[in-house]
Amino acid sequence: MSESIGKGGAATAAAPSALSRLFAKRGVKPGEHFGAPGQGSAAGIATSTVVVLLLLWVVVTNAGWIKPLFLPSPQAVFAKFISVSTEGFAGATLLEHTLTSLYRVFGAFALACITAIPIGVLMGVSRVARGIFDPPIEFYRPLPPLAYLPMVIIWFGIGEFSKIYLIFLAIFAPMAIAARAGVRSVSIEQIHAAYSMGATRTQVIWHVIMKSALPEIFTGMRIGIGVGWTTLVAGEMVASTRGLGFMVLNAAEFLASDVVIMGIIVIGLFAFAFDMAMRKLETVLVPWKGKV
Amino acid sequence: MAAQQLQVKDVSVIYPGRTATEQVHALDHINLTIDRGDFVVALGASGCGKTTLLSLMAGFITPSSGQLLLGERPVLGPASDRGVVFQKHALLPWLSVMENTEFGLKLQGVAKAERRDIAAKNLALVGLKDFHQHMIYQLSGGMQQRVGIARALTCNPAMLLMDEPMAALDALTRETIQELLLDVWQKTQKMFFFITHSVEEALFLASHLIVMSPRPGRITHRYELDFNKRFLQSRDARTIKSSPDFIKMRETVLGIIYGDERAGEASKEGAHV
Repeated sequence: MSESIGKGGAATAAAPSALSRLFAKRGVKPGEHFGAPGQGSAAGIATSTVVVLLLLWVVVTNAGWIKPLFLPSPQAVFAKFISVSTEGFAGATLLEHTLTSLYRVFGAFALACITAIPIGVLMGVSRVARGIFDPPIEFYRPLPPLAYLPMVIIWFGIGEFSKIYLIFLAIFAPMAIAARAGVRSVSIEQIHAAYSMGATRTQVIWHVIMKSALPEIFTGMRIGIGVGWTTLVAGEMVASTRGLGFMVLNAAEFLASDVVIMGIIVIGLFAFAFDMAMRKLETVLVPWKGKV
Repeated sequence: MAAQQLQVKDVSVIYPGRTATEQVHALDHINLTIDRGDFVVALGASGCGKTTLLSLMAGFITPSSGQLLLGERPVLGPASDRGVVFQKHALLPWLSVMENTEFGLKLQGVAKAERRDIAAKNLALVGLKDFHQHMIYQLSGGMQQRVGIARALTCNPAMLLMDEPMAALDALTRETIQELLLDVWQKTQKMFFFITHSVEEALFLASHLIVMSPRPGRITHRYELDFNKRFLQSRDARTIKSSPDFIKMRETVLGIIYGDERAGEASKEGAHV
């Protein structure tokens, strides 16, 4: 008898060194589950991280430990933000750069939405469509956009279309794949149930399959727009006169680190804000996600 | 006029394998007739072909040989004259309880007022009068299964097919839904075909019990029972389930099924040697 008790007691009786405390079993707060990894809100810690990073930036730059060329101070970046907003940089104001880039990213995103989602769904429901679209999509998907940028320019010229097309290509693959995976997430019982209530094949696809694919289509859209922002700079590399990506690249040529960092922050903020909006939209449009 | 009878005529289902020895005889020359007002329960060890038989009746699979007739017409695929209740509820989580229940009628183009009316009646029948606007994920497992039953009834099928609808429910909820099913059966007088693993549930619900045996799947025993009618008269499930003839019947059927299970294990062990 005593052996079995002794075994259980060993864990609590272990020497309380820092390391063993880190890896020891821990009690739970009310409302939490024992052993579930990473539970609780991280918002407070996240805010602290941002504050600490900003403080570090202020201290390091203002103390003169780093040259402005390598890392300009927050004040300098903010001053640039004001001056580029009012006077402009490389022939356009910040607003004009931003609008041009938004037009390109969202144009490509909209194009991808109306093509990738239907094609992805089609790939999910039709063997023929899967056979046709799977090889090209799976082939080009892992390629870096910079690799096929020259061909896009050779085929479509240096106009606006090439830029949007490049971003579109980058968004298309992850969105189509997500839509296809979404179709696969429908249960065969749901399909059978619909048929047993007299549904036609079209009704099953429209009322059952499309709806159950919606949560994953949403995830695909979020991933897609994220990819769109990362491809923006590549898209604006050649023959651009406007755009946030162009502004950053142009500033880099003149070693204007403050403009570069300011541009990065603007791109980051827009991408973040849009992702937040998508998450919000998701809770409104697919409230059943993760609950069934 | 709704069909009055479902006939399973000499039906076999063979799932193909790569070689002749890998073929699975899921069902072997099954004959079964279900009449209007019959509550047929299929019971048997796992792998005896119960679900295959239900899928045939629903039209989800087609027989390798033989024929199924619903009334005069052969069963060629799923249709709204055979409602199905699944083991996992298979409801549509983006629709409310009401929208799930009226779904079939909506697809068939029935006007909104009319289909709401029919759906509301069926929801009341399963005891969900006050839950029309709830979402599926807000309901307990038992309530979800009730919606499943109401939904299957809403298309007014000639036949209700149920594949272990209570497998995931707790004992108390099970008993309530068993009683509910008997009430629905009595009120609608439809053909019921019900699959279960639970001998007690089978005896309590069935007007006709078929016991099936695996390898190859076939019907080995048929019984006509009246425990369900006794319940509908007395409304006292406990007394019926603890009556000597119920217990005797339960032991008989358990004996048959345990016999099959042991034979199955023995043949598996034999295969390994």
